[in-house]
Amino acid sequence: MSKRINPWVLITGVVVGIAAVLLTALGNPANMGFCIACFLRDIAGATHLQTAAPVQYFRPEIVGLVLGSTIMSLASKEFKARAGSSPATRFILGAFVMIGALVFLGCPLRMVIRMGGGDLNAFVGLVGFFLGILIGVFFLKKGFTLKRTYEVTKTEGFALPAVLVLLFVLFLAAPALFAFSESGPGSKFAPAFVSLLVALVVGALCQKSRLCMVGGMRDAVMFRDFNLISGFIAIFVTVLLGNVVLSKFTGFSALSQPISHSSELWNLLGMVLVGWGSVLLGGCPLRQLILAGEGNGDSAVTVLGMLVGAAFAHNFKLAGSADSVTDGVYKVGGIATTGKVAVFIGFAVLLVISLVNSSMLKKEAK
Amino acid sequence: MIDARGQSCPIPVVMVQDAVKKGNNPAELQVKVDAMVCVENITRYASSQGYTVKVDEADGEYTLTLKK
Repeated sequence: MSKRINPWVLITGVVVGIAAVLLTALGNPANMGFCIACFLRDIAGATHLQTAAPVQYFRPEIVGLVLGSTIMSLASKEFKARAGSSPATRFILGAFVMIGALVFLGCPLRMVIRMGGGDLNAFVGLVGFFLGILIGVFFLKKGFTLKRTYEVTKTEGFALPAVLVLLFVLFLAAPALFAFSESGPGSKFAPAFVSLLVALVVGALCQKSRLCMVGGMRDAVMFRDFNLISGFIAIFVTVLLGNVVLSKFTGFSALSQPISHSSELWNLLGMVLVGWGSVLLGGCPLRQLILAGEGNGDSAVTVLGMLVGAAFAHNFKLAGSADSVTDGVYKVGGIATTGKVAVFIGFAVLLVISLVNSSMLKKEAK
Repeated sequence: MIDARGQSCPIPVVMVQDAVKKGNNPAELQVKVDAMVCVENITRYASSQGYTVKVDEADGEYTLTLKK
C-alpha cells in the first residue's frame, strides 16, 4: 500500500502545516495560516466587492499559491492552457462552495488547520464535509461529468495569474486604492513578502503533489486510494504538533475557538455544501487555485465564482459570525436566516446540477 | 480504447473503473488522456487492480496500455 502514496504528498502536507503555524505566529489570524475561502473573501473586501469592515485585506497568499503553481508547472512543462468544461456551471458551483465555506467559517484546508488547533467545531464540519463528498461520489458513480476541456489560447491560461500579479503590484504601489480592516480578522496579517514567499513555495509543492482536501476522501471512498488523504492527515498532525511546540494548544474544545461558531447544525450543513460542490468541481478551493495557476481556465472561472460568492455572502449577510463574549456573557454565533436560506438554495442548485449532468435523467447512452 | 482526454479528475479513473467492472477484468485496456495527473491517477488505480501500465506520449497526449 505504501508504494501507492506519493512521498511528495506527505512532504507537501508537512510543509503546508508548518507554513500555516508559521504565518499565524507572524501575524495571520488564529487557526488561519491558510484559508482559501477567508482569503478570497478578504480580497473581495480589499477590492470593495463587499464592504464588511472586519474582513478586508489583499491577501498575498492567494497570489503566491497561484503563481507558485504557474512557475512549477512551466518548469515541469505541465502548464497547459485549457478550458471549456461548463464554465458557467463551475462559476455557480464556486459561488455556492464559497457560501457554504463562509457559513462554516473556513475552506476544507482551514477546517483541517482548525482541527489541529483543537477546535471541535471543525470536527463537526469534517462530518458534514464527508457527507457532502459521499453525495458527490454518488453522482460521480451515476456518470456525472461537466464534459471535457479543450486546448485554448495562451491568454486564457495566463489570465488569472496575470490579473492577480497586476492587482498585487497595484496593492504595493497604491495601497490607498484598497480597503484595509482596522479590526477583526482582516486586520491581522503576516508581513506581505513573507506571506507571498511562503505561499509561492506551498503553491509549487501543491502543484507537484496534486494535494487536494476533497480528493483525499473522494479517492479513499471510490478507489481505496489513500494517496491524497495522506496529505490531509499530514497537515493535521503537523499543525497539532506545531501548536503544541509553540504552546498555542490548549486542548480540544468547541467553545471560545478563534473565528469559529458553535452552531453545530450549520457547521455541518455548510460543509456538506462545500464537500458536495467540491466533488462536482473536481477539487477543493485550494486545488482550484493550483489548477488555475497551471493554465486551467475553468478553474480560473471557478475562482472568480468564489470571489463573487464571497461578496454575496457578506453583502447579503449569509456568512457565519463567530462566538463571542460580551460583558462576561458567552454568545453563540452562527448564521442569520438569510444564510440558512442560502444554504438550502445551494442544496437545490447542486441537486439540479448533479441530476442534469449525470446519466440519471438521460436515456442510457451507448 | 477509452477516450478520457480533457476529462477532469477523477472522471478518467471512473471511466477505467467502469470498463474494468463491465469487462469483468479484461486482460487488456487502452486509455487516452492529455494530462500527467490523469496518467498518475489511472496508474495508481490500475496497479491496485493488478494491471501493469505502459505509457506512450505523443504531442502532449498519453496512451496508457493496461495489461494483466
